[in-house]
Amino acid sequence: MTKPRMALAAALIALWAGGAAAQQKDMAVDSNDGIRSFNAEGTPVPEIAEDGTVDWPTFSGYRRYHAECHVCHGPDGEGSTYAPALKTSALHMDYYDFQGVVASGRQKVGASENSVMPAFGTNPNVMCYLDDIYTYLLARGTDEVPRGRPAKRAEKSDAFTEAETACMGG
Amino acid sequence: MRRLTLGLTAALLASAAHANDSLQAIQQDPKQFGSQLGNYTGNRYSELDQITKDNVGDLQVAWTFSTGVLRGHEGAPLVIGDVMYVHTPFPNIVYALDLNNDGKILWKYTPEQNADVIGVMCCDTVYRGLAFADNTIFLHQADTTLVALDATTGDVKWSVVNGDPAKGETNTATVIPIKDKVLVGISGGEYGVRGHVTAYNIADGTQAWRAYSTGPDEEMLVDPENTMVLGKPIGANSSIDSWEGDQWQIGGGTTWGWFTYDPELDLVYYGTGNPSTWNPSQRPGDNKWSMTIMARDPDDGMAKWFYQKTPHDEWDFDGVNENVLIDREIDGTMRKLLVNFDRNGFAYTMDRETGELLVAEKYDPAVNWATEVNMDPESDQYGRPQVVAEYSTEQNGEDVNSTGICPAALGTKDQQPSAYSPKTQLNYVPTNHVCMDYEPFRVSYSAGQPYVGATLSMYPAPDSHGGMGNFIAWDAVTGEIKWSLPEQFSVWSGALATAGDVVFYGTLEGYLKAVDATTGEELYKFKTPSGIIGNVMTYEHGGKQYVAVLSGTGGWAGIGLAAGLTNANDGLGAVGGYAALSDYTALGGSLTVFAIPD
Repeated sequence: MTKPRMALAAALIALWAGGAAAQQKDMAVDSNDGIRSFNAEGTPVPEIAEDGTVDWPTFSGYRRYHAECHVCHGPDGEGSTYAPALKTSALHMDYYDFQGVVASGRQKVGASENSVMPAFGTNPNVMCYLDDIYTYLLARGTDEVPRGRPAKRAEKSDAFTEAETACMGG
Repeated sequence: MRRLTLGLTAALLASAAHANDSLQAIQQDPKQFGSQLGNYTGNRYSELDQITKDNVGDLQVAWTFSTGVLRGHEGAPLVIGDVMYVHTPFPNIVYALDLNNDGKILWKYTPEQNADVIGVMCCDTVYRGLAFADNTIFLHQADTTLVALDATTGDVKWSVVNGDPAKGETNTATVIPIKDKVLVGISGGEYGVRGHVTAYNIADGTQAWRAYSTGPDEEMLVDPENTMVLGKPIGANSSIDSWEGDQWQIGGGTTWGWFTYDPELDLVYYGTGNPSTWNPSQRPGDNKWSMTIMARDPDDGMAKWFYQKTPHDEWDFDGVNENVLIDREIDGTMRKLLVNFDRNGFAYTMDRETGELLVAEKYDPAVNWATEVNMDPESDQYGRPQVVAEYSTEQNGEDVNSTGICPAALGTKDQQPSAYSPKTQLNYVPTNHVCMDYEPFRVSYSAGQPYVGATLSMYPAPDSHGGMGNFIAWDAVTGEIKWSLPEQFSVWSGALATAGDVVFYGTLEGYLKAVDATTGEELYKFKTPSGIIGNVMTYEHGGKQYVAVLSGTGGWAGIGLAAGLTNANDGLGAVGGYAALSDYTALGGSLTVFAIPD
């Protein structure tokens, strides 16, 4: 009974927050592989309980975002004077495009712009937590998670720990 | 032919005399502004006194200049003779403007740099400005290429590459010409870069020496018996014994701040940055010589003395801020002093000849991570900050969120240089008034990638005026704040003090402000086109005094403050209670020059 209600709420929030493009993001939890939750398309989504408790991967995304991303993209995915607000980008970008830009980087360099997103493909501190960062930004974009540190979080699952250890190389 | 003779004369002078004669002559002429910090002492003080506290209220804009670049504009233009030299952030354009001809562009130099470097600059593409000596403009590009430009023509004399951006090595700092050499630093502490200072020969760009901040004694140019630390010999292997294994190789201690120089003592001073990573549990030990004030012989780089302000950093209190050289009387004796306003919130006054610690006091009452710096030479804690357990991210451990630490990683002051007036004997300091929560966690190193290892959130200092900055006047002998002006945002602009008893600084909203040097009373303000993170300068041309500043918001301030800072601990009550810089200003580099109308 919990799940459908959450899905409805998420869909409503998406409607308020992002307009047409945001509506296309399916935030409804369809499955969970023991590490994180996914929507019906099989892309990662945050899972926020009614009391505001965020799932561990999304909390992990908060931490990693504020180590690896915020020095350009600003606190809480809000953007800076020169780098876009990723809480909005996450809503508008396809999951696979998002992964591609983080791994390979992107340049917009010209007379009026000097924006360079570096390639993080070889950085385990980013790549091992990319899905975490993605769901955190989705949660920020829909305002399911407010600015600042999430107040309540779920515990880290054994499956998450196992996957994390394997990815970070021991 | 004329140029050849001049060059020869300059070379002879440089080898024969102390300092750099061409640069010192300019520094002694207040009509010109030949160094980013005004002069070798770093006091950003001008003897010009046409603009005074009584007439500064009549100041008006004389002329303006758009740099054509959008991102954060730190540093200041230089004025040499009748020419103003203006720099920009990446792509690091240099303009020579003819002051005799309404600022007509005499020449423009645009370096070719691989744009990849932008992505490895931690905190915007800022550049803190050009340097001058021997009719040469020194441009130190973001990609670490040091270029010597003919000041008259803009032609490249030589260029040399100081580091490798693929490893995260970049440059944001200005350089310092001393005698026949130019000394340069390096950025990249957030990428595990091993910091160093390198001297290149002005004549041809060949390397004279390099002194690393960490590692074996011979690579740090340290003499175990004659390099002193708080009055005692430094001893052998002081750095490598203070790290676990070979962590010093990726241990930071970068040198992206300012240099100052005392020609009489023949010592150059600078600071080293934070140890990498930001997770202190991953690098046990004092992590020497990160976070250190260094005094060296500029000829061969040998270290005279070191003082480590924050052993085993746990908060990113990067120790690179300027060391202002002032002479003041203490207990009836004139002393050669060095004053440093560190990121960690303590202002240090030291004997700059010996490295003796004289004063260490908090210059923002909000500072709480340490109770005090131990001043007892007999104590094993001598010179060390006394860390408060509650705010120790090391003692609280990995994966624990330490809350309410003041100052934040921005520091009570970041790179924005202070000023000192010998008339009032006060230091004028642009400061941050921001606190933080800090949670360290394990990271792994990979070359050229960020090596951070902590999550932090920042917010205005609680239980204060609600703003994120102050502009203060400081007495470096008594260690006391004389007055403090609250500011809504961090003051990220360098100050200027003048013989007209006026102190100037800029604000992130874009105001140039003039205040009374004695009382701090606001005398004038004008809103420039964008937020100011540049440093105020002054010069005289055609018998008239001008004040100039670069605006163009950005830098680290532009990252954190663009959307405003929130205190997660305040919960929902804080919504809407914070100020967002983006509500006040937008990007755009421009120079605004002020004068009193005729």
